[in-house]
Amino acid sequence: MFHRESGYYKTTYKGDMAFYPLPVGRWSVALVGFIFLVVIPLFLDPYYLSILCLISIAVVGALGLNILLGYTGQISIGHAAFMSVGAYTAANLITKLDWPFWLAVPSGGIMAAAVGVLVGIPSLRIKGLYLAIATLAAQFIIEWVINHTPAISGGVQASIEVPRPVVFGEAMNTEIELYYFLMAFAVIAIVATMNLVRSRVGRAFIAIRDQDIAAEIIGINVFRYKLYAFAISSFYAGVAGVLYTYYLSIANYEQFLIVVSIDYLAMVIIGGLGSVLGSVFGAIFITLLPIVIRIFMDSFGAFFFDPVILAQVTAQFRLILFGALIMFFLVVEPEGLNRLWLNIRNYFRIWPFSY
Amino acid sequence: MEDFNWGFFLELLVSGVLIGLMYSLIALGFVLIYKSTDAINFAQGEFVMIAGIIVGASAASYGLPLWLAISLSVAFMVLFNVGLERTVLRPMIGRPIVAIIMATIGLAALLRGAGPFFFGAETRPLNLPIDDAPIIIGDHFIYLNPIHLLGAAAAVIFLLGFGWFFLKSRKGVAMRAVADSHQVSMAMGINVQRYFALAWVMAGVVAALGGVIWGSLLGVDTQLAIIGLKVFPVVILGGLDSIVGVIVGGIIVGVVENLAAGYLDPMVGGGTKDFTPYVLMILMLMFKPYGLFGKPIIERI
Repeated sequence: MFHRESGYYKTTYKGDMAFYPLPVGRWSVALVGFIFLVVIPLFLDPYYLSILCLISIAVVGALGLNILLGYTGQISIGHAAFMSVGAYTAANLITKLDWPFWLAVPSGGIMAAAVGVLVGIPSLRIKGLYLAIATLAAQFIIEWVINHTPAISGGVQASIEVPRPVVFGEAMNTEIELYYFLMAFAVIAIVATMNLVRSRVGRAFIAIRDQDIAAEIIGINVFRYKLYAFAISSFYAGVAGVLYTYYLSIANYEQFLIVVSIDYLAMVIIGGLGSVLGSVFGAIFITLLPIVIRIFMDSFGAFFFDPVILAQVTAQFRLILFGALIMFFLVVEPEGLNRLWLNIRNYFRIWPFSY
Repeated sequence: MEDFNWGFFLELLVSGVLIGLMYSLIALGFVLIYKSTDAINFAQGEFVMIAGIIVGASAASYGLPLWLAISLSVAFMVLFNVGLERTVLRPMIGRPIVAIIMATIGLAALLRGAGPFFFGAETRPLNLPIDDAPIIIGDHFIYLNPIHLLGAAAAVIFLLGFGWFFLKSRKGVAMRAVADSHQVSMAMGINVQRYFALAWVMAGVVAALGGVIWGSLLGVDTQLAIIGLKVFPVVILGGLDSIVGVIVGGIIVGVVENLAAGYLDPMVGGGTKDFTPYVLMILMLMFKPYGLFGKPIIERI
């Protein structure tokens, strides 16, 4: 209805390459930005802000996995392990060397990227199932190494306490400050991914996803680009791990178990493979799912279940719904929430004259 | 250095072989599905768990006799897998392998929630009517757990049975044809979809048996699903589509992790049992990705 393309002519290359060629697109992005950066922090309760903080972290991680799975077609069941690499690297640098956040965040990412490349090396020869299992093995091995190396994990509890990040001499202690801090990273990650996937590298990724042998024949160095994909994806994961560590003020391997890897896979699949907006939708959806279920169970669960086991039942119910949703989306709507959103948008594009 | 303790070594070795055969039994379900439908089942461990929980719940909590409980569980697995094949896997034929992997990961999550949701989360014993006093062999005192022996025997019988089935019986030959090429076997008049369903049903039955054996060893609760994680080293070592490979892979994994637990654990402080099979598997993936007995895949555009 408002989203009319007609009448706007792209007369420059710059105009053609813009993210949002139409004024209405730019205005809606500006509006969303205004809501999230100005309206929400002013009026929202700290509890909801903390949920948004978690979503921002999840957006960074999900974008990373989507670059690997959605754009390059390489599966990874070890995403959470890469997050833990970033988290522990940064935690050690922060506590032992007293590094500021603007050094700790990228170095956590770079360390995770290095480990990611190491795991990605077999991807030249193996793919599909084999790669899935190799990354699953990486998840267990990284978990075990961190857990059994006191120099990394900081002793018996395998957890390191980390102070809050200090930005311009101000420690980010309140939820609002953390919200801005994390949201900034999420925005950077979103813009970086949008630019990446339309660059030379991103197009090579997509060619490899669609048919890797064909990609090789048209002159793409498949091995190198697969490693790039692993490195970039793990870098995002590492950054997400560092952010999560900052948010919790503790680095603990229990936050990065295999279930977290599967959560991220679910985000990417339910959100939409190979789409930036989809990653954001997926991150929001999967982060909110347990919270909504818990609120629902807290209000209505007592009618159906014994209050003693209510917490347990809630967790089980979450798993059931989670698994069912993954299967549902894969069978019914493989392109995920992003496709649903596009369908809605396309419907209203020509509404009310639908033909 | 003190004398090498041969008795200890032999005991680790023998029980490793037995446990390995029991792993083979679980991995067999995985291979059956992969061989005939090209689908990857990440929920094999959860199948085992849900089958075990049904046996445990109906035998321990509702007091059904064991044979009835086991048949109930087998019947459930058959129905469940037929339904699963119909609703989830059939629509996904021809989709990228990553999608099928994800669907079964979703299924695994669903089953892990559904098991305790419907049957309760407590750990139940699952007692088989056999004497569980250890059997002692020879003057080096090798202790053998009778449940290990029974499990290994059941595994060998099933593996031989399926070996015969695939090589000799008409249905087995048809199934191998389906595995080779869906289109050609359709053209030869094989009802491909029925064989897909049959493969899932067989995997379900194998999982039910695995659930009974592992459940009697470990007790029945959601932790039983962790067995499923052993499946991957086994099938990668042996080769994804080979029944001989499953046996060999299972034995290697069982022996290696038992030896690691016996000799490495005291040095590094535990946990090597869950970790060494995966290291072995990574090495295998780097040097011989199709496993010892697997069939290399040649790709064309």
